[in-house]
Amino acid sequence: MWTLLQIELYKIFRRPRTYIAFVAITALITIVQLGLKVDGKEYAAFVMADLSNTLQIDGKIVNGYFVCYVLLQLLLVHVPLLIALIAADMISGEANMGTLRLMLTKPIGRTQFILAKFFAACIYTILLLIWLAILALFVSMLIFGTDDMFVLKNNYAVQIESADIFWRYAGAFCFACLAMITVAALGFFLSQFAENSIGPIVATMSVIIFFTILSTMSIPIFNLIKPYLFTTHMVAWKEFFDVKVNADNETIRGTIQRPDKLINSSLILLAHIVLFVGASIYVFKKKDVLS
Amino acid sequence: MKQFSKIFFCTSLFVFSFSFAVNAQDMTALVQKVKAKLDLVNDYVADGKMKTDVAFIKAPVGKIKLYFKKPNLIKIKRDNGISVLPKGGISVNMSSVIASKDYVALFSGDAVIDGIKTKIVKLLPMNENSEIILTTLYIDEPNLLIKKAVTTTKENGTYEMEFFYGQFANYGLPDKVIFAFNTKDYKMPKGITLEFDDDGKPSEKDKLKNKKGRVEITYSSYIINKGIDDSIFK
Repeated sequence: MWTLLQIELYKIFRRPRTYIAFVAITALITIVQLGLKVDGKEYAAFVMADLSNTLQIDGKIVNGYFVCYVLLQLLLVHVPLLIALIAADMISGEANMGTLRLMLTKPIGRTQFILAKFFAACIYTILLLIWLAILALFVSMLIFGTDDMFVLKNNYAVQIESADIFWRYAGAFCFACLAMITVAALGFFLSQFAENSIGPIVATMSVIIFFTILSTMSIPIFNLIKPYLFTTHMVAWKEFFDVKVNADNETIRGTIQRPDKLINSSLILLAHIVLFVGASIYVFKKKDVLS
Repeated sequence: MKQFSKIFFCTSLFVFSFSFAVNAQDMTALVQKVKAKLDLVNDYVADGKMKTDVAFIKAPVGKIKLYFKKPNLIKIKRDNGISVLPKGGISVNMSSVIASKDYVALFSGDAVIDGIKTKIVKLLPMNENSEIILTTLYIDEPNLLIKKAVTTTKENGTYEMEFFYGQFANYGLPDKVIFAFNTKDYKMPKGITLEFDDDGKPSEKDKLKNKKGRVEITYSSYIINKGIDDSIFK
């Protein structure tokens, strides 16, 4: 299994396409950081305008933690598309090159073969998120420094103490890993049904875009299906940045406002991963491999 | 009879105006005495804790340092953090409220605050362009301490400040200050927050519409008249 995984990882990181996602993320983060470094005060004034009607807020609002939150909000919607580029190519790419049948002539089980490919896609996904974390969090902390963080919700704002933030990011990135592996599992599943990469990649992107639109539209009829869409749960990482308050409306350090929502979303994403990977194994075992 | 009524009316008016003028003058003297007491402090640095209670903000209790320098330089710095205060530069120190000499002080009655009898004094600014429309002070006359102040401003609504004194009462400096102020509605567009799910039950949303905000500062120590560099206030 380990040898298979190494081979799959070698194949992934040998292709130039793999690095498109890393370059795209680096470029996007650099541009946003540059923009906020130059015009951060104006941006802060814009987003805090409603609070500033009543309150005078003094301190380093645009700090590394705040910048990382802005970047994650922007990027975690689009990273799934970059993951689809690799995950949806895992089986269909082999079929396209005609190496799939050849590989299956080796004395390895189909389940092992599929799992090795899936784990390789997961490692790619995790590495991409680690790269995202290095640039978005650590580089932002270096450039902008650290301070308390203001998180703006639709109806209220949360001020989180700087000493209470880092573990939240660790949790948020772990959750993001789960969400992105769900996307990888979907792309991987769709990859079974085509003999070229374009089809599954576009299909994965389409499913994500379609579900994301349904998840974000506040139309009552869509509210019925929202809880069942994995895209609804992919944004639950933000729950790490909402804090419980006591009777005096003071935040309680180390708490999460709705841990139940976080656990529920994690379980739903995990169920999707199991479903997609299970279905992939089932389909692949039954598949008559001709390419 | 008609002439008698006229004389009576004029006399009453004169007596009333005279007594009113005397009272107003008395209150100016009282305010000046309070000011003279506060003037003993040229500058101070105070350590304390600040608690912000605004319905639509979840904020932690934070340690703060408050810097004050005559006549009205004030800066609050939170230890490693962001400070949230009512807007409008309303002073946390009464010196700057009564620093100006351009006001009329009118007696407006007596009131009991925390079991202490106080004089109610209304300060009306003479300057028409003043941001402050009216300040009502509740003064503990024997101790020359302001127990409560209600300030109405042109732009930032009405603020209420309550002062609790302890070991620094000799300088007119409180151990605890509570500000109450009106807040405006807070609503962020979903396009900015990128949060598209509902933010909770209707009852929770109603709770967020509480329009009163409170900031409570409890001071633990003061360093008085040791000099402060102006750069602190920039």
